[in-house]
Amino acid sequence: MTTTPTGTTPTGSGVHRPGIPLDRLVRVELRKLVDTRAGFWLIASIGIISLAVMIGILAGNRNNPENLNFGEFFGLMNIPTAIILPVMAILLVTGEWSQRTALTTFAMEPRRERVVLAKLAAAFIAAVGAVALSLVLGAVGNVIAGVVYSDPAGAWSMPVAGIVNSFVIQIFNLLLGFAFAALILNTPGAIVGYFALPTALSIVNELLPSFRDSVGEWIDSSLTQVPFQSGDWVGGGEWLRLIVSGIVWIGIPLTLGIMRILRTEIK
Amino acid sequence: MITVEHLTKRYGDYVAVDDVSFTSKPGRVTGFLGPNGAGKSTTMRIIAGLTPATSGTATVDGTAYRDMPNPATEVGVLLDASAQHAGRTGAEILRLSAMTLGVGKGRVEEMLDMVSLTPEESGRRVRNYSLGMRQRLGIANALLGNPRILILDEPANGLDPAGIHWMRTLLRDYADRGGTVLLSSHLLHEIEIIADDLVVIGHGRIVAQGTKEELLAGNGTRVRSLDDDALLRAMTAAGIVARPVAEGGFLADVAPEVIGRLAARVQIPLVELRPGDGANLEQMFLDLTAATARESTTTQGARP
Repeated sequence: MTTTPTGTTPTGSGVHRPGIPLDRLVRVELRKLVDTRAGFWLIASIGIISLAVMIGILAGNRNNPENLNFGEFFGLMNIPTAIILPVMAILLVTGEWSQRTALTTFAMEPRRERVVLAKLAAAFIAAVGAVALSLVLGAVGNVIAGVVYSDPAGAWSMPVAGIVNSFVIQIFNLLLGFAFAALILNTPGAIVGYFALPTALSIVNELLPSFRDSVGEWIDSSLTQVPFQSGDWVGGGEWLRLIVSGIVWIGIPLTLGIMRILRTEIK
Repeated sequence: MITVEHLTKRYGDYVAVDDVSFTSKPGRVTGFLGPNGAGKSTTMRIIAGLTPATSGTATVDGTAYRDMPNPATEVGVLLDASAQHAGRTGAEILRLSAMTLGVGKGRVEEMLDMVSLTPEESGRRVRNYSLGMRQRLGIANALLGNPRILILDEPANGLDPAGIHWMRTLLRDYADRGGTVLLSSHLLHEIEIIADDLVVIGHGRIVAQGTKEELLAGNGTRVRSLDDDALLRAMTAAGIVARPVAEGGFLADVAPEVIGRLAARVQIPLVELRPGDGANLEQMFLDLTAATARESTTTQGARP
């Protein structure tokens, strides 16, 4: 009970110590993604669900070998991943507020923009990892399909454009979640906002075709993402629409959100 | 050394911290005393760069907290022991901090040992911690970077008497080796045991500051004798101002030694002779607390 504080020399310092390198902050943020049960299972679920999708495809297409190819495996696995990654990005930001760890985090690194940057980098690395996992598990599923079923099952037809497009969509939605989280700083609010926004815009587009044909097709991110769900290279016009919707739903909230994080009082 | 100069924080019309100035010096434990809602936590958050001040400055060894490259290696901060992720284990929280600060993992074990958290306890998730265990973890976290300054907000909250004794020993030792300690409390008694210097705050304003001796004992002498009437005449003749006390005897405005010599000279047997009770500080503090308690229905929840 009365242990003396060994190894603590309050007068020992005074030398100017170096700052905290960004790569160290990134490693801390990556660790925060998996060091709680909730975080661990959220990340693990990307692998588990992808595995389930693989088994489902293999079992469900016994009589349709033409559906069993690399592109199909990879494409379907990306669907659950696209739901989980933004949630992960949201939690990485809002968790600091809902669990009030921001108090410790920003006391250790008062240059808050560096913490935000580290979180972005960690989320990006996780997304790259998730897409890579889909590629690996997709390949495994495809090899099994080729061995078990008759031709043309196991075909390796997978255009590079398809991989690039999937990655673009994953990063787009990840950033969308991150931006909403930074702006709202509240887990339920950010998650609801993230999922409700496309629905709300779709309803408006349904009801007002004139809106869709003028503004909607430029700002509805669920519409601007459609060309990227194919295996073909996307043209400049479609890219431009994606970028415009990105400015509206990522650029603006992220800018405002970062300004809020930098200025807000941490309690 | 922590230097706070003319610090003010306003929330709209509400003034949480009002022109506060004080210093917390190396080698001393400075107690920051005030009722709940007096502005202690806000002041401490401003020092740690977490809350922007409306005006005034707070520096640590001459540098603003935000300008320190790796502040936790210079200033250990514990602002709220409950502000930790409930799903992380105690050891994991320290490991994350150790990674951020760039100190070795061995330091984590060392600190856990120092705050008497067993490996079984540190492997438990913080959601299952008592407030006392959270305080110990928070102190371990604050000391992790081997800082020379400590800022602790209500660290004794939730500690049992043995825990308070342990913390007093720890902070005394830390200050004796040249460290600076600023700790807050809303309990006069608690801070009396630990602090060397006191800063008393109420409604955002500093109402008293100085060494503990000055503030607690600077109240003359309590004296009682077998012949109080004769004693009063002697004191009046000697030019000493003394007022009668309800329980008998007097409170004189000079040191005990002066009264002792006087009583010996006039040969009046004394039955009690001791320094005054520090009644001023206690009374002042009670007034502050009572005022806050009356307002608690409106301020509770509005301000931390």
